[in-house]
Amino acid sequence: MSDQHSPDHFSHHFRRYLFVFYALLFGTIVTVLASYIPFGHRAVNIGVALFIACGKAFLVAGYFMHLVSEKKMIYGILAFTAFFFAGLMALTLWTFGDFPWKTVTH
Amino acid sequence: MEIPYTREARPDTGLYNAKVGIWLFLASEVMLFGALFSTYILLRVGAPPNLWPHGWLNVPVGTANTLVLITSSITTVMAWASCKMNNFGKFKFYHACTVLLACTFVGIKSYEYHDKFVHYEMELKDGKFADGHMVENKLVRADDGTYSGYAVIKGHKVEKREELYDLHARHSKGGGTEAQSEAAGAHEGHQELRVEGSDIKAMSNYGPWHNTYTAIYFTLTGLHALHVIGGALVIGFLWGPGAKMWKTDPERFTNRVEVSGLFWHFVDLVWIFLFPVLYLL
Repeated sequence: MSDQHSPDHFSHHFRRYLFVFYALLFGTIVTVLASYIPFGHRAVNIGVALFIACGKAFLVAGYFMHLVSEKKMIYGILAFTAFFFAGLMALTLWTFGDFPWKTVTH
Repeated sequence: MEIPYTREARPDTGLYNAKVGIWLFLASEVMLFGALFSTYILLRVGAPPNLWPHGWLNVPVGTANTLVLITSSITTVMAWASCKMNNFGKFKFYHACTVLLACTFVGIKSYEYHDKFVHYEMELKDGKFADGHMVENKLVRADDGTYSGYAVIKGHKVEKREELYDLHARHSKGGGTEAQSEAAGAHEGHQELRVEGSDIKAMSNYGPWHNTYTAIYFTLTGLHALHVIGGALVIGFLWGPGAKMWKTDPERFTNRVEVSGLFWHFVDLVWIFLFPVLYLL
């Protein structure tokens, strides 16, 4: 993130933050509306909602947390995090074949 | 002892130390919430067919809370930018808004939790299920698990427990779009019912112990709410007594505001995923 203090520089930032804010509001409304559209299969609804959520997360992380212009050190920390998070989700997916379907009762 | 690099960047990292610290902390937080999301996925995929609840949470209330948190995110970043522009007055205004919005979020969440704790499912001896919000509870539970007395609930009776799981589908049966049906039919068929204790086989409210859905719902949102409360305490401190540092060391104070803001945005980011996963899907 830049360390400049000039009012012009930050008024530019203010405008950007407001744009991101409106985009997040819009994304939230679209997420809710999309959840009521019968896409045919619930998996499609899940995919659409998570896709919008990822877009909103990018806006928050990228602009509010300034990740679009950060130092390499932060990217390094996040690369490790992303690796282990992906590993965690891969392990989760890997277990899908292990459910004892026949034994599940209510 | 003087803590090094609280204002200026450390030459090798290019960052002040607190910023590296908060990002390392957030990395651990990603894994914490990641583990719980992973648990959610396993519970949901492992649930027997048609027995994962849908439509149990109030979407308008959840949407309102999402908007509250998003708004608090922009007031947080505006507070930091105000510090950068040496406008302390605006900083105070924006951070006061953040704390108020955080309190609003926790208040709405408490209302939602309360709604679940007064909502009961009763398995009746005739095989039916009575489900609704407790109006009057005069039930007495004996040591052997039998009930006496009576309860009045505002709700309905159904033939099978499965009918209580997919409220979206239940409300859609009447025709029209799902949204219209939900809006019109949120309390469709709900009336005050008197249930005799002698007719009850088992009952529980919709607390974390009700089923795996409520268990993961309360775990995820409870942990998130604790983060909101923790973040609000820190931001409240920086707004109140901690703001004295602005006069003595404004640069260090601005860095503190940025670090607390990074945490707050992370809390917002987690909610961005929690909301659709728990409320909508």
